[in-house]
Amino acid sequence: MAKNKKPTFLSVFLNGLIFENPTFALMLGMCPTLAITIAGSNGLGMGLATTAVLVCSNLLISILRNVIPDKVRIPAFIVVIASFVTMIDLLLKAYIPALSASLGMYIPLIVVNCIIFARAESFAFKNPPVLSIADGLGMGLGFTFAITLLSCIRELIGAGKLFGVEVIRLVLEAGTNWINATFNLELVAPVYQPMAIMTQVPGGFVTLGILLILVNAISNAAKKKAAAKEVQA
Amino acid sequence: MRNNFAVASSPHLRSKATTQRIMLEVCLALAPAGIAGVILFGWRAALLIAVCVTTCIVSELLWQLVTRQKVTVNDFSAVVTGLLLAYNLPASAPVWMAVIGSVLAIILVKQLFGGIGSNFMNPALTARAVLFISWSALMSAADPAPISAIYDPIANFVGKLGAGGIDVLSGATPLNALNAGSTEGLSLMSLLMGTHGGMLGETCAIALIIGGVYLCIRGIADWRIPAAFIGTVFVCYFFMGGAEMALYQLLSGGLLLGAFFMATDYATSPITGLGRVIFGVGCGLLLFVIRAFANYPEGCSFAILFMNVATPMIDRFTMPRPFGEVKKHG
Repeated sequence: MAKNKKPTFLSVFLNGLIFENPTFALMLGMCPTLAITIAGSNGLGMGLATTAVLVCSNLLISILRNVIPDKVRIPAFIVVIASFVTMIDLLLKAYIPALSASLGMYIPLIVVNCIIFARAESFAFKNPPVLSIADGLGMGLGFTFAITLLSCIRELIGAGKLFGVEVIRLVLEAGTNWINATFNLELVAPVYQPMAIMTQVPGGFVTLGILLILVNAISNAAKKKAAAKEVQA
Repeated sequence: MRNNFAVASSPHLRSKATTQRIMLEVCLALAPAGIAGVILFGWRAALLIAVCVTTCIVSELLWQLVTRQKVTVNDFSAVVTGLLLAYNLPASAPVWMAVIGSVLAIILVKQLFGGIGSNFMNPALTARAVLFISWSALMSAADPAPISAIYDPIANFVGKLGAGGIDVLSGATPLNALNAGSTEGLSLMSLLMGTHGGMLGETCAIALIIGGVYLCIRGIADWRIPAAFIGTVFVCYFFMGGAEMALYQLLSGGLLLGAFFMATDYATSPITGLGRVIFGVGCGLLLFVIRAFANYPEGCSFAILFMNVATPMIDRFTMPRPFGEVKKHG
């Protein structure tokens, strides 16, 4: 991409969101990715909480990067990240208790989410504050997008719902009603039998694997196209 | 004359066995159990078998066409997978479930890992496990027991052809009864003939034994795996409840089908002789543990899948040392 060019806010942001997506390209933060993605709202909530922590910790670590001695940087990162996670945890408990209850242990565990550590170590500690915010936003939203997608697929197939709404049942009923009205029939809407394994652990692994196949196939095809273009030029 | 001395690289001895031939023989060996299933459970069994086999073939064909791979549908391995999956479904299973299972077996378990010979778990068994976990009520509750004349499957079949009669009767499988500690209402004869509840291809023990022994005699399946598997289960139950209990256990559930046809899958069982014995014993022990102590009434598929995953490790530790090689230290 723009390797020779100086990184800008937009390029760093897009890098996190797409080209180095933490879930699909860097394979970071697999614990929450597999554990909590059983409902769309869980995925979205987890992603946004992580994004908030990531942006704040990236900013603070970037500001302090010339003050923190190299030797104790890991403990310093932990202190910074843990402070923000505690804030988010308390905020969620106070204002969105349902989400907090549903994510449970995984909110405090954002402290040890490797995305946040990896970005602190490999980006925020070496780059100025504005770029670090861009990186935090890009990586965080990339993570949010990935796990929300994963959650929606699992929720849809495994429970027949999307963000808690019984989408499949509604669609089936509406479709049957439409057919009945158009052709003067009296059909009974088929009942959707949710595939329970999708909301269990194996379903998480399998869905993630299939998504990775698709993402890699698309990005490989794009790379091939770009290479072909370069040869032509 | 001179051509006889042409230098060629090994192998010099070739057997006539091809994948296609082997798979055809497996189909042949599976046939008796399928016929028994259709006689015992009626037209729905035939329908499910047809749906599974067709879906397996079609999904393999489509996948290989879409990904532009060499089409290997004519090796009949998809047919075997379809048959095995169908035999592992209850005759009351809905058709859509058979379709989903077949697609999962071929695409997810077999083709995504590289096609025939590269899958690390048995496709049919994995699909069965997925279906079982997803729709356990549909997979196990309604065990269609053969109706009207319990000891006369032929009359039952004829009765089904005519109008009337009960279509499906649900009842406890022999394993449910056995695990509850009773052998009431069971006889070895009914277990052998398959006139009891269960999955559509696993009830008729005689048909499975005929097919399995045929495979072992033809050298297609290694006798060590089924022998070790069944032997281990027998010994465990012999010490737990005596010879009669052990015999009942051998003949009920999916043990025979699993031991002869699914544990012996080439790609997912060890390649060394000792490894195969270990594999069989491991399957037997796991099956015993699951049947006797766990919540599931039947553990054959999980036992085999578990040992499938352990296969690379077994191979590694039982690999024979080439003659003359010194044991490495450290």
